[in-house]
Amino acid sequence: MNLVAATGRGTLATIREVGKISIFAAKGAFAWLSGPMYWRALGSAALRIGFNSLPVVGLTAIFTGAALALNIWDGSLRFNAETFLPQILGVSITRELGPVLAALMISGRSSSAMAAELGAMRVSEQIDAMRTLDVDPFKYLVSPRVLAATLMLPLLVLVADIIGIYGGYLVAVHLLDFAGPVYIRNIADFLTRDDIVSGLIKAGVFGFLLSIMGCYYGYTSRGGAEGVGSATRAAVVASAVLILASNYLMTSLFVHV
Amino acid sequence: MTEGAAKITIRDLEISFGANHVLRGVDLDLNAGKSLVVIGASGSGKSVLLKCILGILRPDRGSIVLDGENILRMSERQRMRKTAQIGMLFQGAALFDSLKVWENVAFRLLYGERKATKIARRRAIECLGKVGLAPEVGELFPSALSGGMQKRVALARAIAAGPDVLFFDEPTTGLDPITADVINSLIIEQVRALGATAISITHDMISARKIADEVAMIHEGRIVWRGSASDLDTTDNPMVRQFVEGRADGPIKMKMRKT
Repeated sequence: MNLVAATGRGTLATIREVGKISIFAAKGAFAWLSGPMYWRALGSAALRIGFNSLPVVGLTAIFTGAALALNIWDGSLRFNAETFLPQILGVSITRELGPVLAALMISGRSSSAMAAELGAMRVSEQIDAMRTLDVDPFKYLVSPRVLAATLMLPLLVLVADIIGIYGGYLVAVHLLDFAGPVYIRNIADFLTRDDIVSGLIKAGVFGFLLSIMGCYYGYTSRGGAEGVGSATRAAVVASAVLILASNYLMTSLFVHV
Repeated sequence: MTEGAAKITIRDLEISFGANHVLRGVDLDLNAGKSLVVIGASGSGKSVLLKCILGILRPDRGSIVLDGENILRMSERQRMRKTAQIGMLFQGAALFDSLKVWENVAFRLLYGERKATKIARRRAIECLGKVGLAPEVGELFPSALSGGMQKRVALARAIAAGPDVLFFDEPTTGLDPITADVINSLIIEQVRALGATAISITHDMISARKIADEVAMIHEGRIVWRGSASDLDTTDNPMVRQFVEGRADGPIKMKMRKT
């Protein structure tokens, strides 16, 4: 009986939490439409999420591209298909690894930062203070972050795609004796617009999800330093899980099995 | 609003957090231009009372009438507009870490009223002057300021838009006696200059005696005593006596786990 009751309570709590996050996400997505838009807050969030994340995204992409080239070459040797390395690498990076790995890195970097920042503001009453100053904290703190992450992730992923392919190029040309122009031409000829666009759409969705998680857990955090720590941890875990789950959902939509 | 007319009227205000009944039927009237200090033990519901009036917390029942309008019957947006006439000094100052001091003071003008940066900055410098801070302080970040200076900046921020109601949540907590006296004097000066109605929360009896026209004591979520600041020393209310004298024994019991 206790097990049934505990399961019921757990289910209800989960439904309640999902409901709260959904309402928060809807507000985050549309609050800026009713104005005012705080352009300075948007610019600052875009700079932190976008430009300041370039080094970490670039490093992730170049090493992933390089390791992927080695793996594809090693695997494809088994059925004499190593000449397809550039094509396979190009598709893998643009459709899957570029968006997913960049989003996971940004989740660790920015989603956690959003949760910590808003959490600290919550526990030090800065969010309450904002309300008393006739500024809606949701529009000033949440909307700009959500909008910035949704817009910046596709740009970061575009950069990650280029750097990832370049990482593969370095390995293919300098270690595996591919001719540079052939590597580039094979990728350029093989990749379709859909390969790139589907990755960028995924990136926009990932940006939205990771910023919502960061803002939600920070904005609703309670209980001092420990609460802020829990909010940060929950934001990173939830955004990583949502990125991977939504990646599968979107891939299944794009691939039309 | 003319002095003497009812500015804030609270009736039967109740709020609970789970099984914790924080406010259990608060009744309070405050006339325009008066300064009321609310005293009470930690956890008695003082800060919650202010947050209910500000619209930060939603009471379970009761009414809060501000200038003749029950703010609990208003929509979220209407309530925000109405309570925006209240300036608040938070206990920990609650300054925005990422903004310079002048931007903190001008925050409402810049982002609430969308005033031009030049006008907002000028007003911020003017308000910093009113609390005895030099214009150069405006260029610093809050982390570079002492606790006393942070409280003064928070006071400057609270008065920047010329509110007609001011709330002070433990304005002198954590300050040395001299700085606390400076803050008390600034509070009296600014409340008078604005002709504002003020509610302050404090444990500091020196501060209470200095800034209050009237004092109310809250205990277990209810107002249990009210009188003038001078009545604090003459009342025979045992709870007020215990609080003023700072005694552990008396009708106010601190919840302690038995070993």
